[in-house]
Amino acid sequence: MLKLEKRPQPSRLWTWVTPLLAVVITMLAGGALFAALGKDPVEAIATIFWQPLFGEFAFYYRPQLLIKGAPLILIAIGLSLGFRAGIWNIGAEGQYIVGALTGAGVGLAFYPTESVLIFPLMVLAGALGGWGWAMIPAVLKLRFGTNEILVSLMLVYVAEQLLAAMALGPMKNPEGMGFPGSRNLRQYESAHNAELITGTGMHWGVVAAFIAVIFAYVLLTRHSLGYHIRLTGQAPRAARFAGVRPARLVLVCLGTAGALAGLAGMFEVSGPAGQVSIDFNVGYGFTAIIVAFLGRLHPLGILLAGLLMALTYIGGEIAQSNMGLPAAAIQLFQGMLLFFLLAVDVLTNYRIRLARREVA
Amino acid sequence: MKAASHCRRHRHCATEEGESTCRPPSGDNRVTTPLLSISGLTKAYPGVVANDAVSFDIIEGEVHALLGENGAGKSTLVKMIYGLVKPDSGAMTLHGAPYTPPDPHAARKAGVAMVFQHFSLFEAMSVAENVALGMEEPPRLRDLATRIREVSETYGLPLDPGRIVGDLSAGERQRVEIIRCLLQEPRLLIMDEPTSVLTPQEVEILFQTLRKLSAEGVAILYISHKLEEIRSLCDQATILRQGRNVGTCLPRETSAREMAEMMVGSSFAAPERAPRAPGEVALEITGLSVASPSAFGTALKDIHLSVQAGEILGLGGVAGNGQDELLAALSGELPSDAEAIRLHGTAVGRFGPTARRGLGLLAAPEERLGHAAAPDMSLTENAFLTGAQRENLTARGFIRWGAARAFARAIIERFDVRTPGPDVAARALSGGNLQKFVIGREVLQRPRVLVVNQPTWGVDAAAAAAIRQALLDLAANGAAILCISQDLDELMEISDRFGALNEGRLSEIRPAQDLNVEEIGLMMGGAHGMEVAHV
Repeated sequence: MLKLEKRPQPSRLWTWVTPLLAVVITMLAGGALFAALGKDPVEAIATIFWQPLFGEFAFYYRPQLLIKGAPLILIAIGLSLGFRAGIWNIGAEGQYIVGALTGAGVGLAFYPTESVLIFPLMVLAGALGGWGWAMIPAVLKLRFGTNEILVSLMLVYVAEQLLAAMALGPMKNPEGMGFPGSRNLRQYESAHNAELITGTGMHWGVVAAFIAVIFAYVLLTRHSLGYHIRLTGQAPRAARFAGVRPARLVLVCLGTAGALAGLAGMFEVSGPAGQVSIDFNVGYGFTAIIVAFLGRLHPLGILLAGLLMALTYIGGEIAQSNMGLPAAAIQLFQGMLLFFLLAVDVLTNYRIRLARREVA
Repeated sequence: MKAASHCRRHRHCATEEGESTCRPPSGDNRVTTPLLSISGLTKAYPGVVANDAVSFDIIEGEVHALLGENGAGKSTLVKMIYGLVKPDSGAMTLHGAPYTPPDPHAARKAGVAMVFQHFSLFEAMSVAENVALGMEEPPRLRDLATRIREVSETYGLPLDPGRIVGDLSAGERQRVEIIRCLLQEPRLLIMDEPTSVLTPQEVEILFQTLRKLSAEGVAILYISHKLEEIRSLCDQATILRQGRNVGTCLPRETSAREMAEMMVGSSFAAPERAPRAPGEVALEITGLSVASPSAFGTALKDIHLSVQAGEILGLGGVAGNGQDELLAALSGELPSDAEAIRLHGTAVGRFGPTARRGLGLLAAPEERLGHAAAPDMSLTENAFLTGAQRENLTARGFIRWGAARAFARAIIERFDVRTPGPDVAARALSGGNLQKFVIGREVLQRPRVLVVNQPTWGVDAAAAAAIRQALLDLAANGAAILCISQDLDELMEISDRFGALNEGRLSEIRPAQDLNVEEIGLMMGGAHGMEVAHV
């Protein structure tokens, strides 16, 4: 009989091996899924993981990796701080939308004035928008003891309605012949989050994502606030004994996550997306939850996980168009990744032993 | 009433030099056939041999003590007898027939019952309902209630079957467990550390019951590390050390000191008390009342006390009478009225833990893993947990990990913490070693007032002596110490004055020197509203 035996302390080796193992198992199970759908499993997996990086059209897909990975990483870094402290912000998607709205709103308000100050103002507005949206679950939690999971999640749907109302109302392009959606910020130089180096996909959002990774790494390993975040998540009673004020952490963690998600939204709307439209949000806020856990809530892990997840997005799209795989199958594939990661996580804290049956 | 001797002072025992009657494990030539005979029981867990070829016999009607330090293998042994754990090798015979219980159900059927240290009772249900839940074919509740009454009267364990368990004291809950066992009419009753939750008066009631059972021919296997208790109750004692049976002795004819040395395997120094002169009042609590943060906690009601510099105030009491809440109110986790707590004259009731540490009020909670220390964090990180401020381990919010590690190393060296190094996770340490670390962490920060709760709980004798010595030394150097403990021997050994917590209230505080056991028991709340049974 197989028996699980608790390790005296978490294995450092397995902490890093389990994500890779999860990817491999996902490939196997995903392959089986694709085979069941009547597609060649090897080709499907190769399309998802190989084509975007080394295929014929890699010159087009590689920049996409940064464009899709940056918002995921930026949001996931913010979420990971809260997750480490046991504060569950599930509503990053909403904070992402509101950040895009406030950021774009500032840009549109100045149209058509040209000034180098407009873009920095938009960045600030985007961060503030996301922060403010995240403060709603934070304040409700502290004031009335509401559950931040439910409140932040429900606010995603509110934000989606707000997005639709803005795209159809106040932010609608007056010269858009009645089509929904705002002016295209890519055609408004002062507000355009352009590529910093042409053809690389590198825009300000990518820079912000890298800065966030470094910032989070230093915070968690060197700063006492990061220590308090980790301590609260691991041993809440010990944290209170150490003098951590839980209310302050709720505000800091939700606020940071909201601000980073808002920034991601703002960089997206002023760059790759270009305009506020009804279908602006594509689920980065939810996928970032997977990214955060896939990266073990560790900043460097999140960096890698964000890129991996972006890869499956891009590869999934190629597989959809080239092989006719349904979009749901790709989403299932991404979901499996988190599922298997959580399952193999047990190996970090336990080792498997063959044992004789014993009355416990 | 004969005073329960389990809280007689240690230094008294040390002078009672009895004739040594200890002898090697297999020298017994009684005529009586053993009820349970254990031979060569071995059980190994990965990395540790819990029981190594343990053999001994339990005779019908005897009270047999199983003695040993934490981790000596007592629990594993009784779990094997009760069918919870299967031995790797060795054999048991019950009434001369081979006995290999595959599960507790079979053990109960064979006449073996066990009262655990931690009760398995449902608080919202009545006594009779709880008893019925543990039975294979429970009779109708009314008949069961009658049976419970009969048994409780026969054995002098006053208990009303209709009462809700949630309203019972720890001693009364234990009676429910005992009666549950007695209804099965066992031949062998195993009791795991039964007196740890009882006041001295309740201990006496329990002992009378056990003596009556033994007179009726029921054998009792009594697990404890309280030597005086064993000397007054038990006929035989088997001593385990590191999984081995290191000797059997007649407890009545063996001194506590001798038994302790067999338990530990060597002699160790009993803490020494340097004479000290109490100074000015360091900690003063006036009219402290706070509600408990937890639903099953005990609110503190109008607590008054003061501790002088250089003095140790011991607070006894049965678990769950407000000890955790008092520690939290003093550490700063549980805020109170500003004026209720004064530290060298400063009102600190509203201050959080960090501000109090800054003023020199340090604390060490009872729960090591999860409260005093974070289990998955390294010792360095755990040293930083409370040492950040007084040891100056941060610079503009950034952690000076080098300094934190040096502090952790200093604790490990000064307090003889057995560990490979400061990078090991707290949960990898044994209970005693982690406790030394937790106490050492506070002591090394030079507290002006130190509050400790259960400083030696679950700690082996040598480590416990070291911790008590550290507290005595700290007081000798002028710190005020408030020691909350459920170990009366410990409190009598180190405290200058003694008080007891009972249902969130504090008794009168009296000099520890002139107290006798009966007075202490009454301060702790007597037998919790129960008449002492006359058997």
